[in-house]
Amino acid sequence: MLLNSLMNLVPELNKAFLETLYMVAISLSVAIIAGLPLGILLFVTDRGLFLENTTVKSVLGFIVNMIRSIPFVILLVGLLPLTKLITGTTIGPTAASVSLSVAAIPFFARIVETSLREIDKGVIEAAVAVGATPWMIIKDVLLPEARPGIMHGITITTISLVSYSAMAGIVGGGGIGDLAIRFGYYRYDNTVMITTIVILICLVQIIQFAGDRIARLVDKR
Amino acid sequence: MIEVKNLVKVYSSKKNKVIGVDNVSLTIKNGEIFGIVGYSGAGKSTLLRCLNLLERPTSGQVIIDGVDLTTLNDKELRQARLKIGMIFQHFHLVSSKTVFENVAFALKAAKKSKDEIEKRVNELLEMVGLADKRDAYPSQLSGGQKQRVGIARALANEPTVLLCDEATSALDPSTTKSILALLKKINRELGITIVLITHEMEVVKDICDRIAVMQDGKVIELGTVYDIFTNPKEELTKSFINSVLQFELPDHLLKKRTGTIVKIQFKGEIAEETVVSDMLQTFNVKGNILHGKIEYIQDMPLGIFIMELTGDPDEIERAIDYISLRTNGLEVIASAA
Ligand SMILES: Nc1ncnc2c1ncn2[C@@H]1O[C@H](COP(=O)(O)OP(=O)(O)OP(=O)(O)O)[C@@H](O)[C@H]1O
Ligand SMILES: [Mg+2]
Repeated sequence: MLLNSLMNLVPELNKAFLETLYMVAISLSVAIIAGLPLGILLFVTDRGLFLENTTVKSVLGFIVNMIRSIPFVILLVGLLPLTKLITGTTIGPTAASVSLSVAAIPFFARIVETSLREIDKGVIEAAVAVGATPWMIIKDVLLPEARPGIMHGITITTISLVSYSAMAGIVGGGGIGDLAIRFGYYRYDNTVMITTIVILICLVQIIQFAGDRIARLVDKR
Repeated sequence: MIEVKNLVKVYSSKKNKVIGVDNVSLTIKNGEIFGIVGYSGAGKSTLLRCLNLLERPTSGQVIIDGVDLTTLNDKELRQARLKIGMIFQHFHLVSSKTVFENVAFALKAAKKSKDEIEKRVNELLEMVGLADKRDAYPSQLSGGQKQRVGIARALANEPTVLLCDEATSALDPSTTKSILALLKKINRELGITIVLITHEMEVVKDICDRIAVMQDGKVIELGTVYDIFTNPKEELTKSFINSVLQFELPDHLLKKRTGTIVKIQFKGEIAEETVVSDMLQTFNVKGNILHGKIEYIQDMPLGIFIMELTGDPDEIERAIDYISLRTNGLEVIASAA
């Protein structure tokens, strides 16, 4: 009986699982592509650093804080016009990826900034003293030194995205979290509920494990 | 040549102003080893960091080889910095890069080709004695080895000036000696001007040609190491020098003596003359050496002796006058009881 209902679930689960991966992959990529430079910019424009610029720093800082203070559900709905503009639709996993990306960019940028802040200021100063250009310092000092921290940041961002993607159901985004809510929560179907939760737990564990391994591999110190 | 003119550095925050460097002017000659000494907070690091504009002076000029650094734009300043090496107390190596990559970084900044970099890094590592550590990471090196990497990095682009901020303060005495020897070799063989900060007078005595003594952001005394050691003017300078030329007789020993105790200082050539034996032959006094040593500063001898003179008081007085006249450095510590 239990096995049977589980078997019936497989196609549904499979689809949801792929949708989750799809949403997380897209928004993670966007978060890294946009969040990494943003985080670097937040750091190097800070006081006493080689691209010190109070205006840029405070404007970017303000925008990042603003987006981060909006609850995700509100962001999801509020960004529907933007989603429509970019993807041409407001439902489905692609549409949900837009809001997920917007939320993930500042999140990841702050993590990058924090990892960079942990670098010994003297090391950066030594690079300045050597006559290196800002680009060289970013590429050959900041990024290599912060690599383990940034790797951990990617892990944390990925896991947060898995959990946020559950809310994508509101805009018909699908995914495992959505499945859990539709079947488990609205229809009191405990089998689905527990199965999806088990899958989510496994997914998060795997991401954390892989992330830690990679972080250790890239840590040359 | 480095010319510092009316250099002022003020750190101002909302609450207060701290003066780091207070109107300093000085000239450092080509090829010399120039030391900056002073207690913590005297402004040594601030002054040194103004020399390559890591710290932008509030006012004043820093002119290196005829170029006023304070007038340069970003690009020109980077170009100028290629020719000003700097090493630090805590080395400041990039921990995620190998020894080779750390040194290569400086050459990349000078836009050298891959082949040139490869060749030059090997040459530099050879020079600092780390050829076998090429592929090691900084965490696998000892403090002395890390400083050698720092030196190789600083010398990569054949600078004319090397700035050292407490480069040996984190090292043990024997490692300090070897790093100082390396700095001296670099100075003599490559003719690089070295400016170094230290709070250890031993370091000054070992390798500096001239020193500036700093207090509260100002240079209070400046001169050749020999002059400063043999004839310090300021109290602060004297206290620094005493840390090296320790010359105190134990109290109980002093009490037991009955004669007149004098401290005689021989400078330069006088140290090689026979002043004391001349005195003993000329005057009817007996001399007993209680303590004595000869220090070599910049390869010039500085002798200090503590003697007890006994005999007729008038004769002793004449003997003292005689030595004072010939050595210019006699001090009566205790008169005959
Ligand atoms: N970034 C800064 N902001 C504010 N004040 C500073 C800063 N750097 C230095 N100072 C102040 O300037 C003065 C001189 O400092 P500096 O670091 O040059 O001293 P120092 O002689 O190198 O001392 P130490 O032997 O401890 O290294 C001190 O009073 C210090 O507090
Ligand atoms: Mg200092």
